[in-house]
Amino acid sequence: MSVIVFGLVQLVPGDPIRLALGTRFDQETYDALLARSGLGQPLVTQYFGWAGRALTGDLGVSFRSGETVTSLIAERLPATLTLAFASILVALLIAVPLGTLSALRPRSVVDRVATVLSQIGISVPEFWMAIVLILVFAGTLGWLPSGGYVPLTEDPGGWAQRLLLPAVVTGVVSGSVITRFVRSSVLEALGADHVRTAQAKGLPTRQIFAWHVLRNALLPLVTVTGVQLAYLLSGVVVVEIVFAWPGLGQLALQAVQSRDYPVLQGAILLFAVVFLLINLVVDLLYTAIDPRIRR
Amino acid sequence: MSAPLLEVEDLRVRLRTPRGTAHVVNGLGYTVGRGETVAVVGESGSGKSVSVLALLGLLPARVATVTGAARLDGEDLLTMSPERLREVRGPGVGMVFQDPMTSLNPVLTIGRQLVEGIRAHGEVSKAEARERAAGLLAEVGLPDPQRALDRYPHELSGGMRQRVVIAIALSNNPSLLIADEATTALDVTVQAQILDLVAELQAEHGTGVIWITHDLGVVAGIADRVLVMYGGRCVEDGTVDDVLERPAHPYTRGLLGALPDLATSDDGDLATVPGVPPAPTDLPPGCVFWPRCPVRSDPRCATEQPPLAIVPTSHRDIGGGGLVHRAATWCEEGSRG
Amino acid sequence: MTGAPLPEPAVSPTATEAGVPSTARTSRPRWRETLVLLARNPTAAVAATVLLLIALMAVFDETLAPSGPNEIAVEDRLQPPSLEHPFGTDDLGRDILSRVVLGAAVSLRVGFLAVAFALVVGALIGLLAGFYGCWVDDVLMRFMDILFAFPAVLLAIAVLAVRGPGSGNTALAIGIVYVPVFARVTRASVLGVREEVYVRASRSVGASDWRLLTRHVLPNAAPPIIVQTSVSLAFAVLAEAALSFLGLGTQPPNPSWGLMLAEGRGFIDLAWWLAFFPGMAIFLTVLCFNLLGDGLRDVLDPRQRTLMAGSGR
Repeated sequence: MSVIVFGLVQLVPGDPIRLALGTRFDQETYDALLARSGLGQPLVTQYFGWAGRALTGDLGVSFRSGETVTSLIAERLPATLTLAFASILVALLIAVPLGTLSALRPRSVVDRVATVLSQIGISVPEFWMAIVLILVFAGTLGWLPSGGYVPLTEDPGGWAQRLLLPAVVTGVVSGSVITRFVRSSVLEALGADHVRTAQAKGLPTRQIFAWHVLRNALLPLVTVTGVQLAYLLSGVVVVEIVFAWPGLGQLALQAVQSRDYPVLQGAILLFAVVFLLINLVVDLLYTAIDPRIRR
Repeated sequence: MSAPLLEVEDLRVRLRTPRGTAHVVNGLGYTVGRGETVAVVGESGSGKSVSVLALLGLLPARVATVTGAARLDGEDLLTMSPERLREVRGPGVGMVFQDPMTSLNPVLTIGRQLVEGIRAHGEVSKAEARERAAGLLAEVGLPDPQRALDRYPHELSGGMRQRVVIAIALSNNPSLLIADEATTALDVTVQAQILDLVAELQAEHGTGVIWITHDLGVVAGIADRVLVMYGGRCVEDGTVDDVLERPAHPYTRGLLGALPDLATSDDGDLATVPGVPPAPTDLPPGCVFWPRCPVRSDPRCATEQPPLAIVPTSHRDIGGGGLVHRAATWCEEGSRG
Repeated sequence: MTGAPLPEPAVSPTATEAGVPSTARTSRPRWRETLVLLARNPTAAVAATVLLLIALMAVFDETLAPSGPNEIAVEDRLQPPSLEHPFGTDDLGRDILSRVVLGAAVSLRVGFLAVAFALVVGALIGLLAGFYGCWVDDVLMRFMDILFAFPAVLLAIAVLAVRGPGSGNTALAIGIVYVPVFARVTRASVLGVREEVYVRASRSVGASDWRLLTRHVLPNAAPPIIVQTSVSLAFAVLAEAALSFLGLGTQPPNPSWGLMLAEGRGFIDLAWWLAFFPGMAIFLTVLCFNLLGDGLRDVLDPRQRTLMAGSGR
């Protein structure tokens, strides 16, 4: 996989050093930088050098700012993690009650409304929703700031205020996807034979619902939440831009625009690793929840 | 004779389906005495499962309409409050379902599934309930019951799982046990073991049993009386001897037709009667069996529903209520056959 | 496209059996039947009609647009919606309705190209993998898995970084992202069909692989692929808008909906209509593709409903 990350980014057109130097271009500096960055070497050598260093946590140095890629990423990571987890929280807060309610009363008014809402949530472009929300809550009503980020440790109130809108935007979209899954998995769990056994045992309805329906519907929910979280971590680019949220997505986009190879490589590699990590966590969770997988 | 344990009267179940209203059970009536085993037989789609699910209110309320009466110890199951019904499920009626592979919750331990049933009906501490659960597992013949409590359903074989389901059904000493095709999914040896087990437990606790099956071998093996269902109606009932030896209804005779030898038959599935059962959305006006009936001698067959009447030549018709041999047919041949 | 996960790949253990017709059918009556069933589903029918209108709008953009979409009239700048300019005008006095109409052409073209690319490449890979199995399957699907492990947005951005911005490259970038999805869906349904009696029968009478594939396997493996196509179109339109919004997709002065949104964003306090109408257009188009996808799934592939629920993103 690292080969693909590396190869993909190598194909970016334009000479990054020339670009980094800009108007201060002179052949001598250029040669010096070329030698230092190792860009003059054959690609294979470059790749193994990069991969080797990446394993030790050294992702190189940004062409643009001169900072190490690792520190740039470390600087941005908390913001992205915060937003992704806040979004998934919003998503679950929407999806679990809504999906469950509509599964309990299929074809009822609640179900129909939930279906329409989730369909809308899935289809609405996030950046548009973001703009509309900014217009309403930051512009017209003036309740919330239109964007930016302050660390939690500095100003908890301001942190929460700035987090709210972006988290709602991404949360609504993910929540709509999850709602559909919750609905279908609760429906499926409700129809399972063991629910009838539980009823025949004379268990109270609430207990049946908690332990024989929701408990079983949890399995698919964990999977879909994991998938959503993985995509949220990498996929909040546009929302980060609209809300001026200084996360990894913003960093990656700036890196593309300025052809800052090492940063782009580092960001993509990090996302891929995070993606795999989340899948691993989901697998582990799954094993914890579903005894059939334990061996 | 004392009042029967269960008295079902004019039970009717209608289901709303996309293709119209299905009349799945149409005026079913029967009784089950204490310690008695009644077998309900019929092809798939004859309404036998639905008729017992309806007793416990286990049909989806959105689509099912249930009318009639079903008195358990004099108390009508069909009109009681949901809370009272919940109390009856378990101590009043225990139920064993067809597929042991799916009737247990795969993500909860066996122990938990037993304990929750016990604790739902009375103040029992967890430890005490666990002790009782282990005892029940021992009773149904599960090896190493203490350890089995912490196992998950997928770690047990089908036969063992069905024993667990039976243990759950018996965990509150029900006065009535309903087994819905409880051995159909199991292989023959396991099936015999389960049948023995139920007979044993029944003898011990005096439980009444309704055994739903389409396996006549099972019927001959365990039942006191038989009820033959067709098109949601009882077409014939009586003692095992009467119904299996001297069937009066053409349908029953059809079912028994290809049965080689009752005494030795292990897997005596019902014989194939040509044709298919009527769709419950579209029942014939006369005798429900008329479209497939090989006899059809009487003009009333096509137009008028035959009542469930005492079979005239039955030499037991003088006996007590439970022993009457009845059939719903216009066909008189049964008496001569 | 942010937080917009790719579809949960419509492949799960049961997907292999799901939705596979059990008998070979000739295709024509089947199409008619599908259309009739689809027409009976009101939501899907409305969605299809709206999409048809949008498509017509895209085809006849030049004739339909009230005024030239790139016609600058500074004296008319930032006019609110009125009779003359139903959607208002932008900062250069261009008529927004005209630009939305033209944007349909750009957005739909990119969307269709992207999905066509993903469909052709992905279906071919899935077909080969599913039909030949063994190492062909292993090699192809392993590669697809790796591609799939990359975050969709990043992958598209990276492709655009490599190829440079522009409509064609946007289509390619989105197409590449979606190749693994089509490969998986196709493979799963081919696996289901491959062992059907009629396929083995044709094979036994000596039909060539090509004939088998085109006559028997493909037509019968098609339903899930068709459903996936509709749902993917929704995603592609959304993705095009997002990439253009980021400045990586369609380039000015061409009116793409995403780009118009990005341009309108700066004037959001002054003139809400700049960003509102293009966003509405994206939303409606995506919604209709999703609804149509749902309808198609109900008709073609009822058993896959739960599997692919919510795969628009």
